[in-house]
Amino acid sequence: MSVFAFYLFAISAITGGLFTVISRQPVHSVLWLILAFISSAGLFVLLGAEFVAMLLVIVYVGAVAVLFLFVVMMLDVDFAELKAEMARYMPLALLIGLVILMQFVMAFGAWETSHAAADLLAAPVPADKHNTEALGLIIYDQYFLLFQLAGLILLVAMIGAIVLTLRHRTDIKRQDIIAQMMRDPAKAMELKDVKPGQGL
Amino acid sequence: MIQADLSVILPEIFLAVYAMAALLFAVYTGKDKLAKPLVYATALVMVVLAIYVGSSSTGTTEAFGGMFVNDAFARFAKVVILLSGAIVMVMGEDYMHRRGMLRFEYPILIALASVGMMMMVSAGDLMSLYMGLELQSLALYVVAAMRRDSVKSTEAGLKYFVLGALSSGLLLYGASLVYGFAGTTKFAGIITVAQHGEVSVGLLIGLVLLISGLAFKVSAVPFHMWTPDVYEGAPTPVTAFFATAPKVAAMGLFARVMHDAFGHAVSDWSQVIALLAVASMFLGAVAAIGQRDIKRLMAYSSIAHMGYALIGLAAGTEFGVEAMLVYMAIYVTMNIGTFAFILMMERDGKPITDINALNQFSKKEPGKALAMLVLLFSLAGVPPMLGFFGKFYVLRAAVDANMTWLAVAGVVASVIGAFYYLRIVFYMYFGKDGEEMQSRGSMLLNGLLAASAIAMVAGTFTTLGIENAAASAAATLVH
Amino acid sequence: METILLFAPLVGSIICGFGWKFIGETAAMWTATGLLFLAALLSWIVFLTFDGTTEHIEVLRWIESGSLSTSWGIRLDRLTAIMLIVVTTVSSLVHLYSFGYMDHDPQWKEGESYKPRFFAYLSFFTFAMLMLVTSDNLVQMFFGWEGVGVASYLLIGFYYRKPTANAAAMKAFIVNRVGDFGFALGIFGLFFLTDSINLNDVFAAAPTLAETELSFLWSEWNAANLLAFLLFIGAMGKSAQLMLHTWLPDAMEGPTPVSALIHAATMVTAGVFLVCRMSPLMEFAPEATAFITVIGACTAFFAATVGLVQTDIKRVIAYSTCSQLGYMFVAAGVGMYSAAMFHLFTHAFFKAMLFLGAGSVIHAMHHEQDMMNYGGLRKKIPFTFGAMMIGTLAITGVGIPLTTIGFAGFLSKDAIIESAYAGGSMFGFWALVIAAFMTSFYSWRLMFLTFYGKPRGDKHTHDHAHESPKVMLIPLGVLAVGSVLAGMLWYGSFFGHADQVGKFYGIPVAEASAEGHGEEADSHGDTDSHGETDGHGDANDHGAAGEHHYVFAGKPGEGGLYIGKDNHVLEDAHATPAWVKVSPFVAMLLGLVLALWFYIWNPTLPGRLAKQQQPLYLFLKNKWYFDELYDVIFVKPALAIGRFLWKKGDGKTIDGFLNGVAMGIVPFFTRLAGRAQSGYIFTYAFWMVLGIAALVTWMSIGGGSH
Repeated sequence: MSVFAFYLFAISAITGGLFTVISRQPVHSVLWLILAFISSAGLFVLLGAEFVAMLLVIVYVGAVAVLFLFVVMMLDVDFAELKAEMARYMPLALLIGLVILMQFVMAFGAWETSHAAADLLAAPVPADKHNTEALGLIIYDQYFLLFQLAGLILLVAMIGAIVLTLRHRTDIKRQDIIAQMMRDPAKAMELKDVKPGQGL
Repeated sequence: MIQADLSVILPEIFLAVYAMAALLFAVYTGKDKLAKPLVYATALVMVVLAIYVGSSSTGTTEAFGGMFVNDAFARFAKVVILLSGAIVMVMGEDYMHRRGMLRFEYPILIALASVGMMMMVSAGDLMSLYMGLELQSLALYVVAAMRRDSVKSTEAGLKYFVLGALSSGLLLYGASLVYGFAGTTKFAGIITVAQHGEVSVGLLIGLVLLISGLAFKVSAVPFHMWTPDVYEGAPTPVTAFFATAPKVAAMGLFARVMHDAFGHAVSDWSQVIALLAVASMFLGAVAAIGQRDIKRLMAYSSIAHMGYALIGLAAGTEFGVEAMLVYMAIYVTMNIGTFAFILMMERDGKPITDINALNQFSKKEPGKALAMLVLLFSLAGVPPMLGFFGKFYVLRAAVDANMTWLAVAGVVASVIGAFYYLRIVFYMYFGKDGEEMQSRGSMLLNGLLAASAIAMVAGTFTTLGIENAAASAAATLVH
Repeated sequence: METILLFAPLVGSIICGFGWKFIGETAAMWTATGLLFLAALLSWIVFLTFDGTTEHIEVLRWIESGSLSTSWGIRLDRLTAIMLIVVTTVSSLVHLYSFGYMDHDPQWKEGESYKPRFFAYLSFFTFAMLMLVTSDNLVQMFFGWEGVGVASYLLIGFYYRKPTANAAAMKAFIVNRVGDFGFALGIFGLFFLTDSINLNDVFAAAPTLAETELSFLWSEWNAANLLAFLLFIGAMGKSAQLMLHTWLPDAMEGPTPVSALIHAATMVTAGVFLVCRMSPLMEFAPEATAFITVIGACTAFFAATVGLVQTDIKRVIAYSTCSQLGYMFVAAGVGMYSAAMFHLFTHAFFKAMLFLGAGSVIHAMHHEQDMMNYGGLRKKIPFTFGAMMIGTLAITGVGIPLTTIGFAGFLSKDAIIESAYAGGSMFGFWALVIAAFMTSFYSWRLMFLTFYGKPRGDKHTHDHAHESPKVMLIPLGVLAVGSVLAGMLWYGSFFGHADQVGKFYGIPVAEASAEGHGEEADSHGDTDSHGETDGHGDANDHGAAGEHHYVFAGKPGEGGLYIGKDNHVLEDAHATPAWVKVSPFVAMLLGLVLALWFYIWNPTLPGRLAKQQQPLYLFLKNKWYFDELYDVIFVKPALAIGRFLWKKGDGKTIDGFLNGVAMGIVPFFTRLAGRAQSGYIFTYAFWMVLGIAALVTWMSIGGGSH
C-alpha cells in the first residue's frame, strides 16, 4: 500500500514539476505547481513527517502559490515570446540535459552509501516522541544556531523588501494623527466677509 | 554548555545584535538622516570586532556541536573581511550621500552581510555553511538593487538574485548528495567517512555541484556571468564592496569545505578547481580587453584574480592555502585603492566610468595618476609591486604541487591580462586629449588611494607579517 | 693605503663626471688629476716599500651564491705593485698632458663642455684597470677587465661626431667580446673544476688540474692546458694579438692621450699581466704556453712588417705596440714571466712617451697625422724632438752590448730575445730578431720623416708649427727619464740571478750546486714545499752571499710569480752564446742604416721600391688584408644571418606569431566572450548548467572517479 502511495505521489510530483515548466498558460503553471506541492506533502506524510507535510500545504499551497497566482495575473508578461526565445536554445539544451541525465543515472546506478554513514544517520522519527515534539527539540536545541540564523535571513529579507519597495512620496496628503488630535475646533472655521466683485 | 558555545561566537552575536539595535533605533528616530553617523558607527564596530577577533583567542575552538569553528584560518579571513568591509563602507559614504542613495539600511545590511560572511568562514557543517551563505547573499542582493530608480541597478539586483537562487539550488543539491553518501552534514563527519573506503561517484557529483555553487560566489568561470552586469549596475560603493569582502568570504568558505570536509579527496577536486582557475584567468584576461567601462573591467579583473587565488586552492597543499590567503589579502588591498580612485572619477558632478575619460589624466593630477599607475602595475603583476608576489606565491604553490602546467597557464594569462591594465596607464600618460575629467577626492579617498599604492611598493620590503599569519591559518586548515 | 689608492680614481671620476657643473670645469679636472697623482704617489710608496710577501686586503664582501663566495679584495704582491706604478704613473702624466692636448679641440664648438667628461672617463678607466690588477679573484678581475673595455669604448668613441671613431669604438668592443668569451669560459671552467674563483685556491689546485681531463667540445682535454688556452684567448683579445689584433690600429681614432694611456701603456698589457698572473696554471700547461709563444712571435713579426709602410704617425706606433706585445707574450710563453713584466714595465714608459710625443707633434701640426706631410720639424719643436729621440733610442734598443748599460728597451728586449733562445723556441728567437730589425727601421723612419728632411705638405701649417705648452712637455720629460733609466735600475730585479728575482717577487729560492742542479733543485723543492718558511729564510741568507746558484722553489700561488721546478730559462738565458746576445743590437744597427739610406741619403728610393714591389707593398699597406678577410668571413655572414633572423626570424616568425595572437586570436575570444555576455538571465543560467556538465565530465575523465 505504502509503495503504491509512494509511486503515486512521486509520479504526480514529477508530472506537476514538468508541466509547471512546459505549460503555455502561466496560470496553469501555477496550478501544476500546487499539484507538485501537494504531492510532496504526501511524500512527507509517508515518511512520517506530518508536521512538515502540513506546513507545506499551509504555507506553500495556501500562501505562496496563491501569491504567485496573483502576481501572474497582475503582470502582463508575454510568455509566448520568451518561450520562442528559449526554443532557439532547445536543441542544445536538450543535449546538455541528456548529458547531465546520463551522468546522474551513472551516479545513482552505482550509488552506495558509506559504510560509516549508517551509524551516523539520525532516525527519521524518534520512537518515543511525537513528530512535532521531536522537530521542536531539534530546532530549538541541536540546531539552535541555524534557527537563529534563519531568523536573521528573514530579517534581511524583510528589510530588503522594505528598502526596495517602500516610498515616501512628498506630494501626497498624509494623515497626521497628532495634528488631528491637537486640532482646535475654534480655529477650524473662519468667516470672511466677501464683498461682491472684489474676491478675497 | 550553551554559554561556552555563545562565547565562541561572541563577535557574530555582537554584530548581529548591533545591527538589530541600530535598525530599531534608526527606524524610530531619524531614519535616513541618521545614515551618515550610522555608517561610521558600523564601521567602528566592525573595526573593533576585527581587532578583537585578530587578537583574542588562539587555537581552535568549536561550538554547537561542530557547526561553528573558530580557528586561525577563520580569524584571518574574518579580520580581512571586517576591515575591508568597514573601509569600503566608509569610502563610499560621501559618494552615496551626494547622490541621495545613502539609506540608513545600507550600513545595517552590510553589517548583517558581514555576519553571514563570518558564519561562512567559520562553518563546520553544510547547513551552517548554507545559512551563512544565504544571509550574506540576500543582503548583497538587496544592496545591489539599492538604487531602485536606476533600471541598471534594479536589473543587476534581480539578475544576481535569480542566478544566486539557481546557484543555491545547485549547492543544496550537492549538499544533499553528500549527505546521502556520508549520512552527516558535519565536515568532521564527512571527512572521516570519506577516509574509509572508496569515494563513490555520487559523492563526487555532489562535490562538483557543491563546487559549482561556491564557484558562483567567487565568480569563477563559467559561473561568472552575473559579475560584469552586477558590478556595472550596482552603485559604485556597492561594487567596491562586492569586489572585496564577499570574495574573501567565499574563497575562505571554498577552502574550508574542500579541506575540512574533503581533505582526503584532494586529487578529485583539485582537477576541477584547476579547470575553473584556468578558465577564470583566461576569460578574465581576454574579455576585459573589450571593456570600456572601468567597473565592468574591474569585474573581469576580479574574475581573473579569483582564477589566480583558485590556483592556490587547486594545489591542495598547505602552502597553496597560505598562498591563496596572501593573494586574497593583497587583492583586497589593491581593490580598495583602485575603487577609491573610481569613486573619485566624475565630470560635472556626475560619476563616469568610461576609461577614455582618463586620457591625459597624468597632466592634471600627476600624484593620483602615479598612485593609479602603481596599483595597475600591481594588479597586472609587474614586479616589484606587491601584486607580483601574490602571483608568485600561488604559482609556486602550483609548481610545488606538480601542477606546472597550471602555473604556465597562469603566466600566459597574466601576460594577456597585463594588456588592459597597461592600456589604462597608457591613456593616463600618453592618451589623446579628450573630454575633461575631474577627480573629486576627499581626504579619505586620497588617503586610501595613496596608502594602497604605498602598500604595493612597501610590500616588497615588508608585508607586516601577513605571510606568517596566513601560514599559521593554513596550517590549521590543512590536515 | 691600498684602499685609498684604489678608490681615489673612482672618486675623481665621479666628482669630475657628475660634479663639474657645480664646481666648474677646471676645478673638476684638477680634482681628478690631483687624486691620480695621489694614487701614483701611493703606488710608488707601495712599490718601493714592498717586501715580497703577498698580502690580502678585503675591501668588502661581494657575491655570495651557493659555493661561490667572492669578496672584493686586493691581492698585493710584486706583480700587482709593478702594475700599480705603471698604471698610476702613466695615467697621472696623461691626465696632466691632456690639459694641454684637449684644450681647444677642433671637434667641439666654442662653449661646449667636453673636457670634464674626458677626464672622468680617464679616471674611470684608471679605476677599472686598478681593479683588474689588484683583484684577488677571477670575477673581480673580469669586472675590471670589462670596466677597462667600457672605458676604452667610451674613449675611442670620444669624438662621437666622427663616424670612423664610432665604428672603431664598436670594433674594439666587439673584437674584445671574442676574447672575453674565452676568458669567461676559462673562469667557468676553473670554477667548475676547483669550486672557487679565488686566485689562491685556483693556484693551489693547479697541479691537480694538470692531471685532470675535461670534456669540452666533444673531446677530452687536459684541464690545465684547456683552461690556460681559454684564458689566453681573453688575453689575446685585450692585448691585440694576431687574429684578434684588428681593433688596435683603428682604436687610434681616439684622442692621442687615450692611445698613450690605454692602447700603449696599460690596458693592452692586461693580457700579458693575465698570463703572468696565472703563471702557476701556465707552468702546468706546456702546450698552451707553446701556443702563446708562437702567437706572440707571429704577432711581433706581423705587426712589425705592417708598421714598415704605414704613413699615419699614430698607426705606426700602434703597430709597434702590437709588435712589442708580441715580444712580451713570447717571454711569457717560454716561462720567463719576469722578462715579460720587465718589458711591460719599460715599454709603458717609452711607448707612452712616443705616443705623447706624437701627440705633441700632431698638436703642433694642427691635428695633421700623416707623416708624408711632416718633415724638418726638429728645429720647430726641439723639446718634442728630443723626447721622441729618447723614445726611439729606447724602443730600438740602443745600449752597449754584453753589458747592462743602455736604454730601457735595450735591456728588456734583449732579455726577451735571450729567453726565447734559451727557452728553445728557435722560431720565436728568429722572428723576434727580425722584428727587432724592422722595429729599428720603422722607428727611425718615423723620426726621419717627421723631424728631418724638408718640410712637406701644407706650408701654412708648417709655418705655424709651435712647441707644445708646459703641461704637455713635463710628462714627456718624466717619461723620458723613465725610458732611460727604468731598464738599468731594475735589470737585476727582473732579469738578474734567481736569488735577486726571487727576492724581488717574494718567491722562495733554494740553493743548488752548479754541477747537478736539476736533481738538487727537485729535492729542495720538495723539502721547501713542506717547510717553506725555513726555505725562505735560507734563501735570503744565501742570497746575500751571492756565490751560489739558486733555483726557484715556491709553491703555486706563493709570491708574485710561480716558476716551475724544471724551468731553468732564467739561468739558461744568462748562459746564451755571445752572438745571441749581440744579435738584436746588430739587427737594430742594420735597421738604422737602412732607414738612413732610405730616408736621408736617398729619399726617392722608397717610392721607387714601392712601385717596383707593388703587390708586396700593397699587402703590407693593407695590413695583410686581415680586415678584408674578416669582413668576408665573419662580418658579412654575421650581418646576413642577423638580417635574416631579424627580418624573417624575429619580424615574421616571432612578431608575426605574437601579433597574430595579440591582434587576431585574443580579440576573437574577446568578441566571443562579449557575445556570450548577452544580458539575458537564461543565457547565464544556461552557461552555468553547461559548466556543471563540463565539470562533471572533466571529473569523470580526469579525476579519481572509480
